[in-house]
Amino acid sequence: MLTTATGNRAVAAAAKEARPGVVAAYPITPQTEIVEQIAAYVAEGSLEADYIPVESEHSAMAACIGASAAGARTFTATSSHGLLYMHEMLHWAAGARTPVVMANVNRALGPGWNIWAEHTDAFSQRDTGWLQVFVASIQEAYDATLMAFRIAEDERVLLPVMVNLDGFLLSHITQSLETVDVGDFIPPFSLPHAIDTTRPRGYGTLTPPETYYQFRWDMERSMRASREVIAETEAEFARRFGRVYGPTEDYRCEDADVVVVALGTLGKEAEVAVDRLRSEGVKAGSMRLRWFRPFPALDLSGREVVVIDRDYSFGFGGVIAHSIRSTTRAEPYSVIAGLGGQEVTYDDIAGFVRRREAGREDWFGVSD
Amino acid sequence: MNPLPSEEYVYKCTTACAGCTSSLSLRYVLKAAGPDTVLVVPACCTSVLQGVYPATAMNVTVYNIAFAAAAATASGMAAAFRRQGRPTNVICYAGDGGTVDIGIQSLSGAFERGTDFLYICYDNEAYGNTGMQRSGATPIGAVTTTTPAGKTDTKKDIDRIVAAHGLPYMATACAAYPQDLYAKVKKALSIPGPKFIHLLSPCPPGWRYPTERSVEVGRLAVKTGLWVLYERVHGELTINPVSKVAMKRPAPIEDYLRIQGRFRGISDEAKSALRAAMEQQHRRLLAEEAGSC
Repeated sequence: MLTTATGNRAVAAAAKEARPGVVAAYPITPQTEIVEQIAAYVAEGSLEADYIPVESEHSAMAACIGASAAGARTFTATSSHGLLYMHEMLHWAAGARTPVVMANVNRALGPGWNIWAEHTDAFSQRDTGWLQVFVASIQEAYDATLMAFRIAEDERVLLPVMVNLDGFLLSHITQSLETVDVGDFIPPFSLPHAIDTTRPRGYGTLTPPETYYQFRWDMERSMRASREVIAETEAEFARRFGRVYGPTEDYRCEDADVVVVALGTLGKEAEVAVDRLRSEGVKAGSMRLRWFRPFPALDLSGREVVVIDRDYSFGFGGVIAHSIRSTTRAEPYSVIAGLGGQEVTYDDIAGFVRRREAGREDWFGVSD
Repeated sequence: MNPLPSEEYVYKCTTACAGCTSSLSLRYVLKAAGPDTVLVVPACCTSVLQGVYPATAMNVTVYNIAFAAAAATASGMAAAFRRQGRPTNVICYAGDGGTVDIGIQSLSGAFERGTDFLYICYDNEAYGNTGMQRSGATPIGAVTTTTPAGKTDTKKDIDRIVAAHGLPYMATACAAYPQDLYAKVKKALSIPGPKFIHLLSPCPPGWRYPTERSVEVGRLAVKTGLWVLYERVHGELTINPVSKVAMKRPAPIEDYLRIQGRFRGISDEAKSALRAAMEQQHRRLLAEEAGSC
């Protein structure tokens, strides 16, 4: 059905379509509309689920872990400080192999208080064992949320998935949305290690050095296998619903001499910049990175690369710039832009490309 | 008195310390709960005493979870079980640190939102698993590794905090009275909604007394009146007869303090504070019980 929705409403609609049994959540700007909408679905009876209004994000993730272990599909949503507050439980969810799906509306971290878009919240969860996908449109927020359930719950994966969308730039804008009848695209929830009290087991028992690493290796094995599961799921989604997704969204990259790599809405903005640059005779392309974990294998050989990071790792650099540097042979021009919702236009991005200098890092707006 | 079930859900191969009363109590808790039970365990001594992977001393499902997260995990678990029509008991078994300190937020949240579960705080009055540091539940005057001169603050009254949530069932218990504990767990599990049992668990290495005296120490806690056994069912308080007797004719609290190394050298001020807190609690409970009847 063709409709219109905000990013938040699109995520809520997709979560509803996946029929979770338990949603445990805590409000935080700019995510709140997602959980309000799900609470409304449950109250009106259009979603038969338990909505658990927890007293913190730490408890939101704990409740999702408990519910998932007890055999229920689970969903939650958060943002920024909420995501950081549940950090401990993000590690637990992945280690316990509970395939929780969570929307994270990307927002900067205090101090000072800032409610606008930034990716540092999600990147701070880099090593938790969660899969992370970043979207750039309302439609993609909806589609990625649906696919997240199928990917997370696949027996080859059984790891939680975080769907990231930029605060306000996606959460609060309205675009057209084609909803789907999900049918059997998401199979019934089945967790092979769900609690069965007729077969008592210890979960998360004290695990000594002789065996602990085996569980960690098993997580990594699943993370590696998830690449194939993601590809299969995206291919099946395209076959059923007609929209095509991959590890990146490439725009005019085929013959590009210089490629802009960015995530989320900055990646979409870069497409307009590419058109501008092409009209000036610069053979530019845009490679919008969709998956952050598992990090995709990118082919950037023979091109100049401009990376825009809406994040920063202090004392080190832009997270994506360094990820590109360490996984490809590229020596990117690194631009730190868009922090705390700093406005970045396609003209600005075109300027980054014109000023590019391999190996250099610039902070947009900083002139000293 | 009816004999307790012969089924064992805690086998003799636990890695608990000699004389541990929290593992002793767990035997009775699980005899009362039966096999269709999930024990949710945050970081505490029970995280360790259940055994080391791949072995376990437990014959019920045990779900280990992060320190602050037991009650919230139970909320999700209970919701999922009830949604599937499963009557499985969800029991949190948490130490005092995980209850009165780091876990109090999720505990309060789960009580407020009416989670159908039983939360048992086994209270050895310090962070035992990490080697006896003070917790909010450590009594005034007690020596711990972080209160080497004796604790200067009084024990946090978690029972009054819990009572303020208006639970359908809450009780106190003591490891030295296993029949009473068994009966209270049975009753708690027969009542839907959130339930709480505060279980005093004497700890030989932490309280510094010989391992064979755990039951004696627990009985003295009750007979001196320092620990009062009661239950509150839908707001109606009933004080155990043994505690009624102790309130009228208490054993000297020195008998309880003297056999524990943690109270060696306790100041007169701290002793007075212990006594004053005890007497205030007695007055409150007796007044409440009189009002309840």
